[in-house]
Amino acid sequence: MSSHDIPEENLPAEQDTAHGAVTVADEENPFADPGLPPHEHRVQDIDEQAARRSERTVAMLFTVSMLATLGFIASYVTIPTDKSIFVFPIGHLSAMNFALGLTLGVALFAIGAGAVHWARTLMSDMEIADERHPIEASPEVKTKVLADFKQGAKESQLGRRKLIRNTMFGALALFPLSGVMLLRDLGPLPGTKLRHTLWSKGKLLVNMNTNEPLRPSDVAVGSLTFAKPEGLEENNEDFQTEIAKAALMIVRLQPDNIKDKRELEWSHQGIVAFSKICTHVGCPISLYEQQTHHVLCPCHQSTFDLSDGARVIFGPAGHALPQLRIGVNADGYLEALGDFEEPVGPAFWERG
Amino acid sequence: MSTASTNPNPAGDAAGGSRGRAPAGERLADWADGRLGVYTLAKSNMRKIFPDHWSFMLGEVCLYSFLIIILTGVYLTLFFHPSMNEVVYHGSYVPLQGQMMSEAFNSTLHISFDVRGGLLIRQIHHWAALVFLAGMFVHMMRVFFTGAFRKPREINWVFGFLLFVLGMFTGFTGYSLPDDLLSGTGVRFMEGAILSVPIVGTYLSFFLFGGQFPGGDFVARFYSIHILLLPGIMLGLVVGHLILVVYHKHTQFAGPGKTNNNVVGMPLMPVYMAKAGGFFFLVFGVIAAVAAIAQINPIWAIGPYRPDQVSTGAQPDWYMGFSEGLIRVMPGWEVNFWGHTLVLGVFIPLVIFPLVLVAIAVYPFIEAWVTGDRREHHILDRPRNAPTRTAFGAAWISWYFVLLVGGGNDLWATHFHLSINAITWFVRIAFFVVPVLVFIAAKRICLGLQRRDRDKVLHGRESGIIKRLPHGEFIEVHEPLSQEQLHTLTSHEQYQPAEIGPTVDENGVERKIKGSEKLRSKLSGAYYGDANQIPKPTVEEYKEITSGHGHH
Repeated sequence: MSSHDIPEENLPAEQDTAHGAVTVADEENPFADPGLPPHEHRVQDIDEQAARRSERTVAMLFTVSMLATLGFIASYVTIPTDKSIFVFPIGHLSAMNFALGLTLGVALFAIGAGAVHWARTLMSDMEIADERHPIEASPEVKTKVLADFKQGAKESQLGRRKLIRNTMFGALALFPLSGVMLLRDLGPLPGTKLRHTLWSKGKLLVNMNTNEPLRPSDVAVGSLTFAKPEGLEENNEDFQTEIAKAALMIVRLQPDNIKDKRELEWSHQGIVAFSKICTHVGCPISLYEQQTHHVLCPCHQSTFDLSDGARVIFGPAGHALPQLRIGVNADGYLEALGDFEEPVGPAFWERG
Repeated sequence: MSTASTNPNPAGDAAGGSRGRAPAGERLADWADGRLGVYTLAKSNMRKIFPDHWSFMLGEVCLYSFLIIILTGVYLTLFFHPSMNEVVYHGSYVPLQGQMMSEAFNSTLHISFDVRGGLLIRQIHHWAALVFLAGMFVHMMRVFFTGAFRKPREINWVFGFLLFVLGMFTGFTGYSLPDDLLSGTGVRFMEGAILSVPIVGTYLSFFLFGGQFPGGDFVARFYSIHILLLPGIMLGLVVGHLILVVYHKHTQFAGPGKTNNNVVGMPLMPVYMAKAGGFFFLVFGVIAAVAAIAQINPIWAIGPYRPDQVSTGAQPDWYMGFSEGLIRVMPGWEVNFWGHTLVLGVFIPLVIFPLVLVAIAVYPFIEAWVTGDRREHHILDRPRNAPTRTAFGAAWISWYFVLLVGGGNDLWATHFHLSINAITWFVRIAFFVVPVLVFIAAKRICLGLQRRDRDKVLHGRESGIIKRLPHGEFIEVHEPLSQEQLHTLTSHEQYQPAEIGPTVDENGVERKIKGSEKLRSKLSGAYYGDANQIPKPTVEEYKEITSGHGHH
């Protein structure tokens, strides 16, 4: 900003002498508060042309906002909802979302920028000092309030009539119990619900993806198969709640590789079935490492060794995955030989 | 003012006479004043002074993003169905057609694909929530590191803290509503954590979910918590927070003309009406633009929730990340006894989770107890001038960030090709070690900066001019500071460590010294003892040095 076009009479009579120069006015105490520094003029304060430029900038910003709002309305009316556009470098975006968001953003931002520019360049920037007043009341007020309180307390006779006081406290303490009672029906009591799943003796293992009962030959070495109990269908009313407990994962190991004796007993030709629900906080386990027979929960990285009773080998889980005892029925299908012997999913107080 | 039965005063007469000619705005104000007392309110507030500092905008970001969340949230409720009834999708997003999903998920897809601008409002709502929490975090740090929480503002600090905590839970209940695979996994995590509570955990879980997980109730319950209960409390706290800001008046940094008894700045009308009002539009505008280009929570790509399915890389919103870190790095301890299970591996993180937050929330009260200072403080500290506080705050932040790393251990592993086991072990150790190291480092940095300030005051500013003396020696010319700078650098207060006091009373009888007294004296020494703050220069030192010319 050059100053050649600033009329002489608009220039401040006295530029700040303090600026840059070192002045320690107070010889006695050089650290003393020198008081508010003198006001420094902005170019708009002394040059009407600069002020007019600011005015035009602000007006332009407000006009941009108006145009952007019109753009918003136009986009809303004209752009089909399913149209997508490619925006470098972001990629494919919904055209509607992109247009509406940007026009709205510009409309709002321009209003804000205009207002802030107006405040910064044209409104007075003189600093003003306001006095503070102590928050604490004066001793007289305090005395008066305490006396009033005493008077009020005395007139209520609360301190004297102990019977009233005690029964009132009793009543006030008891009545919230009604509210607590009303919370009782938020849910049923747990009972043994967390101990049982839909699995029971003779239930077929149904492939989650094909919805067909599994035969041992369907389970290949190195694959991870997810299964549900027969009869549980996606459109069952309680499907979500039942599958949250009954979800099963099946792998085939070489029987020689199974280190845990019970696991081997409960398997069928090296096919083992474990609960899919992590014993940490209940995420479904979905990552299987074929070489090591480790499974990993993608939520919190608990790792279980399926060749060794699904014991925890890393991560925050506290105990092994429950195993389902399986066999083959007369028709050659894999079936459960009972429910899980221990609760599936996260541990809880009553689990034992 | 005057009642009908008494004689109206001449001024009232004059006002009555001129009423017909008063402009409409004034007549409206008169009307409002007669019922609300607006003139008295405006007298103290219209030209209320606000000091100018960039860091004072952080709180405004929070306030405005909160308003944006409420505005967009109300719009979303017009279309969202908080129900877990399973339906088959027939909407316009082809890949999910024919899939079973809850009505909540279905209506969220409807908002995203069939309501024009619905996706934009959803994304503004979610982005604003992230900005709100981040804004509160940074605003809280500003207040912390400048000591703005000191008397009389402790209660407002607590209000702000509650807003932060409630904001976290409002965010959590909010992003759980679409009932998508990612959020459902988060809800499952929460259920697992509740189950770990000794004795009552199973009952709490059954009451919260209306039975077994996931049941058919939690979306509707989270909905009323998310749109009514928590925002209602937060709105009250925000109003209280703002009333207290106005009542206490704003803090300010030390400087010429600024004292503990004044507030220096520019008036609300017009400057801050324009600046703060304009800033609302700036914040809204930026968030709208971000929502236009940056996708957030694309639930159609994630799919509806199924308790037996999960995706990899599942992460909560950032503000929940530290709790995720706690749960991920905790060893899986379980204690079984008398037919019961104590799930320490989950319950300990559940207990530490609030304690991490409480650690920072109670700090102001601890500091007030250590200093024993009962005066009002309106001049902000520079962080370096309160080294122990600054070190504590820095240590807390490092603690928080260690947990964030733990929460994202899978992402760290995949992005930086590290072993997840190594990261987990790093976090387990860093949880204890890093805050201590950061505390020591931050304190030393503060003390170093204090020394530099002291040098600057006594010896002046390094001018960068090298001067050669007649005998060949080179010296750098130091430029003395102006009185404004001298005042600013020396106006802070320095406490003396608290002494325990005489251990025997005037009769020579030994006084019993309470443990708390000893602790306080110890802490006070750690705060303000010899090696823990650099004595600020005195006028005498300054004069002694400046009187001898050429001595630097």
